[in-house]
Amino acid sequence: MKNYFKYMAILALGIVSCEPELENSIEDADFYSSGEADFSNYVALGNSLTAGYADGALYISGQENSYPNILAEKFAITQETNGFTQPLVNDNIGGLLVGGSQIAKPRYVLSVGANGPVPGRLDATPTTEVTNKLEGPFNNMGVPGAKSYHLKAEGYGSIAGLQTDPPSSNAYFARFSTSESTTVLADAMAQNPTFFTLWIGNNDVLGYATSGGTGTFQTNNTDVRSYGPNDITDPNAFAFFYSQIVEELAANAEGVLLNIPDITTVPYFTTIPNNALALDAATAANLTGFFQAVAGVMTQVLMQNPNVTPEQAQAIASQYAIQFNEGANRFLIDVPVTPTNPLGFRQMTEEELLLLPIDQSALAQGYGSVVLTQEVGEVLAILQAGGQPSQQQVQTLFGAVSGINDEDALDVEEIQNIRTATTAYNQAIESIATNFELGFVDANALVAKLDSEGIAYDGGVLTSAFVQGGAYSLDGIHQTPRGAAVIANAIIDEINERYGAEVPKANLGDYGTVTLEQNVQ
Amino acid sequence: MKRLFLLGLFALATAVTYAGGYRVSLQGQRGLAMGHTGVAVVNNAELAFFNPAGLVFLENKINAAVGVSAVFSDVVWQNEEFGQMARTDSPVGTPFYAYFSYKLSEKFSVGLAAYTPYGSSVAWEKDWAGSHLVNDIELAAIYVQALGSYKITDNLSIGGGPIYVSGSVNFNRNLTRSLTDLEGNRSNVTVDASGVSAWGWSAGAMWSPVDSLRIGVNYRSEIIVKAEDGDADFENVPNSPLTPFQDTTFDAELPLPAELSVGVSYQLDEKWLFAFDYNRTFWDVYESLDVDFANPNIPDSENPRNYKDASIYRFGLQYIANETFTLRAGYYFDESPVQSGYFAPETPRNDSSNFTGGLSINVTDKVAIDASFLYSRFEEINESYDYYEENGENVPFEGTYKSSAFIPGLGVTIKI
Repeated sequence: MKNYFKYMAILALGIVSCEPELENSIEDADFYSSGEADFSNYVALGNSLTAGYADGALYISGQENSYPNILAEKFAITQETNGFTQPLVNDNIGGLLVGGSQIAKPRYVLSVGANGPVPGRLDATPTTEVTNKLEGPFNNMGVPGAKSYHLKAEGYGSIAGLQTDPPSSNAYFARFSTSESTTVLADAMAQNPTFFTLWIGNNDVLGYATSGGTGTFQTNNTDVRSYGPNDITDPNAFAFFYSQIVEELAANAEGVLLNIPDITTVPYFTTIPNNALALDAATAANLTGFFQAVAGVMTQVLMQNPNVTPEQAQAIASQYAIQFNEGANRFLIDVPVTPTNPLGFRQMTEEELLLLPIDQSALAQGYGSVVLTQEVGEVLAILQAGGQPSQQQVQTLFGAVSGINDEDALDVEEIQNIRTATTAYNQAIESIATNFELGFVDANALVAKLDSEGIAYDGGVLTSAFVQGGAYSLDGIHQTPRGAAVIANAIIDEINERYGAEVPKANLGDYGTVTLEQNVQ
Repeated sequence: MKRLFLLGLFALATAVTYAGGYRVSLQGQRGLAMGHTGVAVVNNAELAFFNPAGLVFLENKINAAVGVSAVFSDVVWQNEEFGQMARTDSPVGTPFYAYFSYKLSEKFSVGLAAYTPYGSSVAWEKDWAGSHLVNDIELAAIYVQALGSYKITDNLSIGGGPIYVSGSVNFNRNLTRSLTDLEGNRSNVTVDASGVSAWGWSAGAMWSPVDSLRIGVNYRSEIIVKAEDGDADFENVPNSPLTPFQDTTFDAELPLPAELSVGVSYQLDEKWLFAFDYNRTFWDVYESLDVDFANPNIPDSENPRNYKDASIYRFGLQYIANETFTLRAGYYFDESPVQSGYFAPETPRNDSSNFTGGLSINVTDKVAIDASFLYSRFEEINESYDYYEENGENVPFEGTYKSSAFIPGLGVTIKI
């Protein structure tokens, strides 16, 4: 018996002695270097992008592929760290429950239908109960939905606040906040981070953008409590809060700040072309005829007003004589009724954008152009015959025009508001980074590059194209794991440059993109 | 307890052997201890493998040799750019041999042999960075051979016989670098085939121009093992018509290449024997590992290998210390058939220097215990496999590899 143990011991020795070792193993302590940075306790602050939210939901594998988690894995190879914890949800379904009632939907997956692959919500019930509070602390302090000033908002992680109408707190933070009154920043600071990343401010314009610009661009109003959810944060208020957050974080830690991408280049705003009104020659001619009729009738209507000269009437009405051509035509969009645009619609201009959730079957039925009913046809027949339509028939004619609603599109002015705010935020972020001598990543340039030429990797080119491009998840806004790896690599580049570190990068091809699944709602 | 131990040992003894191409030179403890020379050495029943022509020169009427080796072989891989590292945790391989010969007359001997010249067992960490090429593989081939050995003149003989091969393969890898199911589990496939049989042959000649010098030549034919209707088991595949990977069957071919050995041995005096062997393994035949799935919706898997014929140079010496102890030592240089750019982690083999040693203890006139060890030294190497395709582009898998193998072996020689 003893001999067998001896024999086993010799064999074991053989195994040990034969374990191959590399001359320069990456496991050697000095192989990589953290330079002047110290990653032993890395804390990530931000919103959904930081949390690993993707496909319209927060789910485990998305969290595992969040850019902070990718970074932390590389940090752990570079130096000894205390690990990196995340407030993982309960499943890969996504969605949230509060007291058993669903308040956030399951994730999108890509399913193949009769017309090819389309995103759909997974047909499953969320199991993540917000009131089952998690025991922290958590290195990933990314809170989906958070705006800049929310990081300093007391009670933002309150369970009770979820019950008010509208809720005064954030369900994602409420899952793991350390108290009812704490702030995101306070919970982050309590961990004494040695290193941090901060990517906040996206939601300060995103709510406005995804609502189709229905909110207000707040300027010269720093009272953020007065803001609606779809408002754009006053750039002065943004700079004020952002600077305060960074001041606390940078007091005892190095870190990297990421600026705000121009959200209008992500698939949520670029997937549905505004000239998707495809017409054959006959339909184009019909539509042109219809709008000539509208212009003609409008001229008559305007001339009934004694204060309007025939020339003025013609000038105003002529804007409605819209010419349609065979092939692609831009949709019509509703605009406010004004004396110069009394019917309140116009054709979209080239740079204007339609939003991803727009009802595409409605577009096929005349939404964005004209809903030609039988009654409308009758009115047109009267006009063609040289007859005089009644007032009601005029209303029928005008009412047939179905412009795109404000919440389904971003018009020129709204796009300008988004860009103005983003530019102002980014100026603030960059100058704050300079002031505090922190790392700075131009995430805006990265996102612009995804949109223009794409980012090459060993398995192809990552672009902002919806579904196919690989960078954006099925909600059209948040990154896929591969997109998150792009962000992580940009941060690593900056860390290596600024802090004289040597942190290895992520191999983009090892990270996934969209998830396929047929089981959809 | 003893039985339990042996059971444990032989549970692993599936004729599986160690990584490093898939030729495994462990066909006799005496030969192995001398750098795995033996085509021109008349020593014991190991001749059944090394050169059946020599069997007839064995002095005794009945000769037998059996043995087994324990292969402790592992590989480490790292990629500095991405901070990735992986080690194999391969099961201990236990290749064996069993040889028997019977002298019918002064001029003619017959024999029977079973041995495992090809095999591989490599297990990387599941879902490691190269998991799209291999997670783990177990390849085994058992050769069973009937032999005849005929003495044409007192110093010239020939020998050979037909070989029956029974092979098996079990190979798992992930479908791509990133495909997962809804839960984030990597999609993978296991192909499994066993009891795959094929036939081949070997033949050799031995000549002694003078008493102290022997010259030998042996050729073992190429054998193509064709797996038909093996099982392909797809796991963690997303529920989607875009990934139509349902369990199916597959056909595949794996060549066990031909090998030519020539060698000389020189008996300096009663105590000292020197041997030199040259092996040429005709690896050219291994161009590509192609797996043809029966389900037409599943794209066939084509994996270029582009092996090249390779040589091995073997040197051995034997010293008979006294009536009880015989000591042996050897060295061989093993040229890898794997070409640059085709360095696939399922056979992470580069050139190796191999050091051998061993001894025999004559327990009685009839029974001897043969022990050997082999240490294979591989240089660290930066290599890549460049023929994995993604979206129609070749995506190289590269890094630094280092292999090592330590192989103790034990056998028994019987002569009656």
